[in-house]
Amino acid sequence: MKTNNKVCGGLYTPKVMETFKNPHNYGKIKNASGIGKVGNIVCGDVMWLYIKVAQNKKKEDFIKDIKFETFGCVAAISTSSIITDLVKGKKITEALKITKDDIVKTLGGLPKIKYHCSILAIDALKEAIKDYNEKK
Amino acid sequence: MKKVYLDYAATTPVDKRVVKASEPFYTENFGNTMSLHSFGQEAKFYLDQSRQTLADLINAEPNELVFTGSATESNNTALKGCALRERSESKGKKNHIIISSIEHPCVVESAKWLKRQGFEITKLPVDEFGLVNPEDVKKAITEKTILVSVMHASNEIGTIEPIAEIGKICRQAGVYFHTDAVQSFGKIPIDVKRDNIDLLTASSHKMYGPKGIALLYIRDGVKIEPILHGGGQENGLRSSTVNVAAIVGFAKAADICKKEMSKEAKRLSKLRDKAIKNILKIKGAKLNGHPKKRLPNNINVSFPYIEGESLIIQLDMHGIACSTGSACSSIKLEPSYVLLAIGLKPEEAHGSLRISLGRFTTEKEINYLLKVLPKITKQLMAMSPFKNNEN
Repeated sequence: MKTNNKVCGGLYTPKVMETFKNPHNYGKIKNASGIGKVGNIVCGDVMWLYIKVAQNKKKEDFIKDIKFETFGCVAAISTSSIITDLVKGKKITEALKITKDDIVKTLGGLPKIKYHCSILAIDALKEAIKDYNEKK
Repeated sequence: MKKVYLDYAATTPVDKRVVKASEPFYTENFGNTMSLHSFGQEAKFYLDQSRQTLADLINAEPNELVFTGSATESNNTALKGCALRERSESKGKKNHIIISSIEHPCVVESAKWLKRQGFEITKLPVDEFGLVNPEDVKKAITEKTILVSVMHASNEIGTIEPIAEIGKICRQAGVYFHTDAVQSFGKIPIDVKRDNIDLLTASSHKMYGPKGIALLYIRDGVKIEPILHGGGQENGLRSSTVNVAAIVGFAKAADICKKEMSKEAKRLSKLRDKAIKNILKIKGAKLNGHPKKRLPNNINVSFPYIEGESLIIQLDMHGIACSTGSACSSIKLEPSYVLLAIGLKPEEAHGSLRISLGRFTTEKEINYLLKVLPKITKQLMAMSPFKNNEN
């Protein structure tokens, strides 16, 4: 059959498809500093983010390690992977500045109907940091 | 990459024999069936011949078939055409339509439209396998009922409905019975006379014919209001220049199906059962639909804690084409109402996979699917937060 590779994955950009194919940082972190659990299985998207926080030389908190576990569609898995890439190694104050638009931009765009997945990733990160702050 | 098409319930490739049969009707015998000259009359001859072939497949009379542009149009015409005509004939006394809760969207949406025009709609429940209980049909019929519409076989879960029993009940009660036979036409035997069917929808592109052509069987004596008005083609019931090339193809496709039906049904059932048996070995996998009363080519399974769109795209990356009832794959972001109607939880519906086999499916392809699928489900499960859940 003659195929057009551009149509593989239908509505997603090549970057989304690449990320979905080879997601980074999935799995659990044992003894995580904070865990963010968002989404709802009834709606079909559940995202858990684990962060390991450490202090740099200036005694500032930074995200030393981050992992995700996600039940969801291609967009949910891709945004999970992208947010781990975007915040890994960053100071918490910087990580909190990341927006859903940063995620969408990094993925080269998302279908409008899937924007909520990028919001979910941001929410998961905020929840994980909140969890860390509460445990501190 | 190897390409494996396992989405025959969505659409089928046109059989080469069908293409060959249709071809002259695009270039040589292109006449308009309404023309009086030889070009038109020749087209009319082949139209009539095709109508006979298609009627034969369901034991109907040729004058009982109306060609339409799609199954959606046929179903719209059946519901709206009957409802509007009967309400007007009964001077408004009759205004009730009964459908099942697992009908195709074109039936559901037609019923919704009728509701907005003042009709009463009853949606019948189905059991855990997707079966309508004929007793429920009996109970739902009132003196206001015009039409009962229950599909012959489900496009999603493949369950074959007891249409003969429902037909009998409707005939005894004096209400029309319509069945959407899009998924069963050409695959399993249908007899409109034996089963007391008043209206039946079938589509060409689900059985190796071209797209853009379908039919509505309307039993002689059933009166309907046309949706399209114009030149009066198709006995005044569907004005539009008749698409002879597509109809000739549709008839050829039906002819092939008729000749190969019993052998093909056996072959596909065997492949289906082999696939089901092996897929159910995947942890947590569950069959949706009836284990026995099932289309020979339909497989529908749910995997817990795996989302369907991810599954479909992963399969696609391995060259395998299937479909899902997951919300994420739909425009509305709602899971399949058919899967919810058979009692699945939304999370189970999200993890559903429909595999539909067809004429060109080989055992080798099924083996490839059975090799790839467990790997993919494992991979997606590894990413899922629920992987340690013992449910």
